[in-house]
Amino acid sequence: MLTKRIIPCLDVKNGRVVKGINFVNLKDAGDPVESAAVYSQEGADEIVFLDITASIEKRKTIVKVVEKTAERVFIPLTVGGGIRGIEDIRILLKSGADKVSLNTAAVENPLLVKAGAESFGSQCIVVAIDAKKKVSSFKFQVSGRNKKEKSTNLQLATCNLQHSGRWRVYTYGGTKPTGLDAVKWAKKVEKLGAGEILLTSMDADGTQEGYDLELTRAISEAVNIPVIASGGAGNPEHLYQALTTGKADAVLAASIFHYGKYSIRETKKYLKNKGLPVRI
Amino acid sequence: MIAIIDYGLGNLKSIYNALSKLGIPARVTSDKKIIEQAERVILPGVGAFAQGMRNLKDLGLIPVIRQVVKENKHFLGICLGLQLLFSESEEHGRHKGLDIIKGKVKKFTQKLKIPHMGWNAVHYSPLTTYHLPLFRGVPDGSYFYFVHSYYVVPKDKNIILATTDYSEKFVSVVGRGNLFGVQFHPERSGPLGLRILKNFSSY
Repeated sequence: MLTKRIIPCLDVKNGRVVKGINFVNLKDAGDPVESAAVYSQEGADEIVFLDITASIEKRKTIVKVVEKTAERVFIPLTVGGGIRGIEDIRILLKSGADKVSLNTAAVENPLLVKAGAESFGSQCIVVAIDAKKKVSSFKFQVSGRNKKEKSTNLQLATCNLQHSGRWRVYTYGGTKPTGLDAVKWAKKVEKLGAGEILLTSMDADGTQEGYDLELTRAISEAVNIPVIASGGAGNPEHLYQALTTGKADAVLAASIFHYGKYSIRETKKYLKNKGLPVRI
Repeated sequence: MIAIIDYGLGNLKSIYNALSKLGIPARVTSDKKIIEQAERVILPGVGAFAQGMRNLKDLGLIPVIRQVVKENKHFLGICLGLQLLFSESEEHGRHKGLDIIKGKVKKFTQKLKIPHMGWNAVHYSPLTTYHLPLFRGVPDGSYFYFVHSYYVVPKDKNIILATTDYSEKFVSVVGRGNLFGVQFHPERSGPLGLRILKNFSSY
């Protein structure tokens, strides 16, 4: 039986690991190569490096980090952040990454997803989606000549709001709204050839209060490729919820593993005791 | 020396890195002479079947692969490298393979998510111990890393050395003589995967 994957994520800046709380307030917390090796020994199913500043600043250090990691760590390695074109993908895969994760570049140039999948195979093209709930309460005036018309218009407006999607896609590390509906975008990238979706809830990220289960489930049910849930993990129960209620195929977490709050091993034991298939 | 055949598809570096870590001399190559002279040969690969065959053909590597298998040289196909050994694949139409192993390559039904991606258990066939040279020290039911949308269906059921469950049971390891093929990625499967590469290089 295919097991649920537990994936520690290392946010990397200038070759060092950091973890942002809601994408700001970065804390330096170690060497990525060492961390990846430790996680692998502890039973991580994959490793993800996210070069978080990459979309904004220049970076080359990540290639060296990938090369060094690939010499020591023999589980799948995904690298994301700042990948703009097919050549960036080629360089990272050649350095030893198994998959690359496209976010901003996929939105700005969806054909890159297609080109990447055609050149290197869908299995190594992950599309990362940073999604945020639409503002849920706001005032608007309903027009109409009488009460009945107003009521009808109000119903129509509410209906439109519901159908226009509940989560929007953001790029540039969550700073730029795109207006894209997250569920529609997920379906589109699947069609373009993405092999996997790395879904981050910007609302939940950094809170340690649990994944956005509704978002995770909505995306997971909308596509037929694996979905990795990300953002909000604070304890092993949160991972369990994302993998069951959220229907995710894998869960990504950073802080809970990184500061030694829970080890990957004990997290996996917890999930196994609750009946989930995990590799121990 | 192990020759890792380079035909422009897949993460060859990770196999090379794994062998280096084990202290096993290896070369990533598309040179026929080096492949002929190697003690052992690995045919790796991730990607599309038709593209794989086209690349092998363009590089003139098909005869040398047939020849080293015929000589009963130790040979390991990994993932697409396993599938290419088969007669034909139904990946995006119908495409002929190397036809070294009779049988087909089929797509998973849409019941579960595709690709089959992640760690899954490998169960040895109860009827044979032929997997042993490759799987020495690896317990039955161990987990390995898979990433694929197609699986092999050999005509000769005797060469099935192990199976894996993904909605249906599919063949994850085949072998006969010194020819082996694994659907998973030993080079991405942690210590047990490395064990398989070590076994391959020394049995």
